[in-house]
Amino acid sequence: MSTAHVLLGLLAGGPMHGYELKRSHDQRLPQAKPVAFGQVYATIGRLQRDGLVTTAGHDQEGGPERTSFEITEAGRKRLDDWLGETEPPAPYVTSTLFAKVAVAVLVSGADRARDYLVAQRAAHMERLRALTAVKTDPASSLGEVVAADYAILHLDADLRWVSNTLERVADLHREVHP
Amino acid sequence: MTILRARGVVKSYGRTAALRGVTIDVAEGEILAVTGPSGCGKSTLLHCLAGILRPDAGEVTYGGHRLDTWSERMRSRLRRTEFGVLFQFGQLVAELTAAENVALPLLLAGTGRREARTAAEGWLDRLGVADVADARPGEMSGGQQQRCAVARALVTEPRVLFADEPTGALDSRTSEALLGELVRLAREQRTTVLLVTHDVQVAAYADREVSLRDGVVDASGLGLTAAQGRHGR
Repeated sequence: MSTAHVLLGLLAGGPMHGYELKRSHDQRLPQAKPVAFGQVYATIGRLQRDGLVTTAGHDQEGGPERTSFEITEAGRKRLDDWLGETEPPAPYVTSTLFAKVAVAVLVSGADRARDYLVAQRAAHMERLRALTAVKTDPASSLGEVVAADYAILHLDADLRWVSNTLERVADLHREVHP
Repeated sequence: MTILRARGVVKSYGRTAALRGVTIDVAEGEILAVTGPSGCGKSTLLHCLAGILRPDAGEVTYGGHRLDTWSERMRSRLRRTEFGVLFQFGQLVAELTAAENVALPLLLAGTGRREARTAAEGWLDRLGVADVADARPGEMSGGQQQRCAVARALVTEPRVLFADEPTGALDSRTSEALLGELVRLAREQRTTVLLVTHDVQVAAYADREVSLRDGVVDASGLGLTAAQGRHGR
């Protein structure tokens, strides 16, 4: 995910301090990994350098001085371009889940892979239940529901793969131990 | 407290064994998903627990009573008063309006016509389909029909609701709206729900999941025993 573009998007609604940007990021993308303060400031620094963000002002409400940032016209243009670009469908499988099963089958054999898959399935189901509860809670915001949906559909894909792999692993076991 | 219990339940259709010794406990008030691939025996298990089918062997108890030894008449009465049943296709009576369909179980149980009608309208309202009370099933969308079917299944305020792929024919948004309502109402009423599904997203609405495979409970939750595979056992 491009943190730079997300921060540009958040600034499109009006100027914000670094802390507000972090808080807004974590609230609006509730299932995404929380962004670190250091990453916010480093990213804003790069966006300033490229002329996409500029300093809007400084204030000091009883605490340390805070700088607020705003998006520039070039920044709006960059954001608009980004929103119009399609993302390439992921060409490589990069998940740890996949890597672990591939290695387990390779190194430890079918039984080890199966035990792992069974435990992983239970963990996935638990997460799926928690996300479903978020989705059905009338108090959930649209952002939370949209994020839960995204996570649920990806977990569903994982779970289908886990089931198929369990079947394939069982077949492999039968070939090795007829 | 256990409300429903199956012990070593066996059921065959001709030479085909659908259940090969299933043992499960269902706690009062819980929402239990029974999952597994097509043909694993999950619908047959639901039918045995609901007293629709009589097992060939094993025991089914409801509230401590042996359901499998009861006559069809007694089981039928139990289904009318204590159980609600919901299938993939609502199975509404095509000639009756939504309100008449929902009132039907109450009328069969001896409730007066006016009282049944009022209760039916109340349930249609709770499910957000009060506006189709006088429409016939053919005049409603799939989602509206299924909401009426939920209202009909809950109108008698059953202790147990048996739902077999209740959203199998609906698109995903309609399905999630219906499941959300179903689960909310069941929790409000403390109704026990047995939710049969092959879909993990549907199973995630339940408190707990029991997986079946080839007519037996798969203790590992879809984990095949290492000796089983697609091509033999």
